[in-house]
Amino acid sequence: MSATTVFAVCGAVVVGLGLYGVIVNPQPLRKILALNLLSSGVFMLFGVIARRGATAGLGSDPVPQALVITGVVVAFSATALAVALLLRLFEAAGSATLHADAPASTGADSPNP
Amino acid sequence: MPYPPPAPDEVTTTGGFLLVLSFVVPAAGALLAFVAGGRQAERVALTTMPLGLAIAVAIMVALQRTGAPLVYVLGGWAPPLGIVLRADGLSAVMMAISAVVICAVGVFARPDFRTPAGSLEARVPFAFWILLLAIWAALNTVFVGGDLFTLYVALELLTFSAVPLVSLDGRAETLQAALRYLLFALIGSVLYLVGTALLYGTYGTLDIALLSHKIEAPPATLVAAALMTTGLLAKTALFPLHLWLPPAHAGAPAAASAVLSGLVVKGSFFIVVRLWFDVMPGLPGFAAAQLLAALGAAAIVIGSIVALRQERLKLLIAYSTLAQIGYLFLMFPLAFSGAPTRLESGGALAGGLLQAISHATAKAAMFMSAGLIYAARGHDRITRLGGIGRALPFSILAFALAGLALIGVPPSGAYLAKDLLLQAATGTEQWWWTAAIQAGGIFTGSYVLLVLAHALAPADEPIALRPSVSRVGEAAALALALCSLLLGLVHWEAYLPITADGLSNPLTLKALSTALWPILGGGLLAIFLGRWGHRPERAPFGETVVAMVAPARRAVLPLGRMFEEFDRMLRRWPVAGLILLLLAILFGAAMLAGD
Repeated sequence: MSATTVFAVCGAVVVGLGLYGVIVNPQPLRKILALNLLSSGVFMLFGVIARRGATAGLGSDPVPQALVITGVVVAFSATALAVALLLRLFEAAGSATLHADAPASTGADSPNP
Repeated sequence: MPYPPPAPDEVTTTGGFLLVLSFVVPAAGALLAFVAGGRQAERVALTTMPLGLAIAVAIMVALQRTGAPLVYVLGGWAPPLGIVLRADGLSAVMMAISAVVICAVGVFARPDFRTPAGSLEARVPFAFWILLLAIWAALNTVFVGGDLFTLYVALELLTFSAVPLVSLDGRAETLQAALRYLLFALIGSVLYLVGTALLYGTYGTLDIALLSHKIEAPPATLVAAALMTTGLLAKTALFPLHLWLPPAHAGAPAAASAVLSGLVVKGSFFIVVRLWFDVMPGLPGFAAAQLLAALGAAAIVIGSIVALRQERLKLLIAYSTLAQIGYLFLMFPLAFSGAPTRLESGGALAGGLLQAISHATAKAAMFMSAGLIYAARGHDRITRLGGIGRALPFSILAFALAGLALIGVPPSGAYLAKDLLLQAATGTEQWWWTAAIQAGGIFTGSYVLLVLAHALAPADEPIALRPSVSRVGEAAALALALCSLLLGLVHWEAYLPITADGLSNPLTLKALSTALWPILGGGLLAIFLGRWGHRPERAPFGETVVAMVAPARRAVLPLGRMFEEFDRMLRRWPVAGLILLLLAILFGAAMLAGD
């Protein structure tokens, strides 16, 4: 088994763990962490693709690396935004859940909590 | 106008710099507003709007004059080494409609998002104007982006600027809705990102025009296509991936809801269109297109019925958005004209895009009038809307015109769209989609009529209006509704793939009579399934009607409740997550089977 295959399999496992966490785990903070894990798995996949696309004289294809850097920036901003929202939610509601029906069933004209 | 033919060494066309301006101007506006701060944010935003509108118009004119897509090669590096921006007719139309809607929202929002006198800076107005410009910049990037990774970044920018708009008022419910929106959208974008990784790994480029010539159907490409499609559907909130949409769109302030419902969901829809029609027209296959449209049809039925069961006007409109998003996806199987395995950019595509732009204008107008009603009454309970028609005639008129435009009353854009889709359905002999398109009109009619019936009913008690109903806001809503109602009269041949001779004149008696069925059928549906709070006995013949309808209503109502329960179940997080994975697998299987 070559190094790229090992990395690709690891990436797939990390993606699987992240997906499991984001779907199953009820706590928003853990969902955010799981999403980060999920993105990390995808970034590993980009690394594998960069390695596979290596041409003579270069260790790896630079384009996927550039894409990963952009992806990391995007994932970082997403995490920052999600954590900020989570903190505000905790301040406003006293607890932080994503339980479904709360916003839909109480009207906007109900008194503020 | 088809997407650019093979051009190995593309060069910047005349007017190509307009594409750069189209997103640089709003983005620069957002940054400037952030730096200037305080009450300058509003001024910067309102100055940027006419500029952006002018750029959109200039792009349309340039496109019509040259007759070929506009191209801008960034830094002079042609793909696959560099990145290009391209605008074909579809991009130009979407950009123009976005500019119109954003300008109308800007006019509408001025009274609500004014920095209070005496304070230097208020959080809500400051955030609103910056986010509005950011959404605009992101949308224009989505429309002109010429490669799949640029589209990914644009899509993320769109989500990041749309999410905070949901929770502008800072209440716990809206914060929760925003967080759910953000997290679910992020799963969608990760799936899209995996798709781009696989495509780059297979073909070594992400440029749309280059990919369209290289693309074949090995398993990696099919997996990429399935993952990207599913991810985009999660961001578009196509049924059954809509868990975030109703609370987010209903909880946001009216001006924000208008942008979110009218424009933001169209961004990811547009990328689905790019992916299916431009990147891989030969790949998805007939089965996957049928699956996509089946989800759309389910969205129409369930979204509309749940809309009828809502107590609050803004939630009703949010569920109506869900149903209308379904309508947008009906075009995919109808585009297989001629060659059965290849999507053709023809009448069906034009119909789908026209539906998107007429929904954008009409839905924005609906949310604006709902916002005006809420501001005037202090609530938006549908069953207690009686008397509002007399108190706020222009807001209700705007709602009614927008509703008629959505139903497809000629000469609205939705009428033209329906005409094109029906022709495509007949041409490709898919009668079941003809039925779905016609039923869609009836379902739309039902919730529009339900609201109008309540709003035009006499008041139970004298209603107290809060004083400040913005005349400017009413004018903006009315203008957008009229715009949607008249879109069918525009000559779209220069921008969309339609031929002028195939269309029926929207102003004949025959065309007008086609609008009768959705209204009659919709009325019946509303009577049987809607919520009726006020006493109908006071209406003429009220008692007779109630006596006649009551038994049937008792029989049908459990059905409505069942749909409500079903919707509630689908909007649970684990259920929606599993459905997302299941859909990705289903799309992959369908593409493999159709190949």
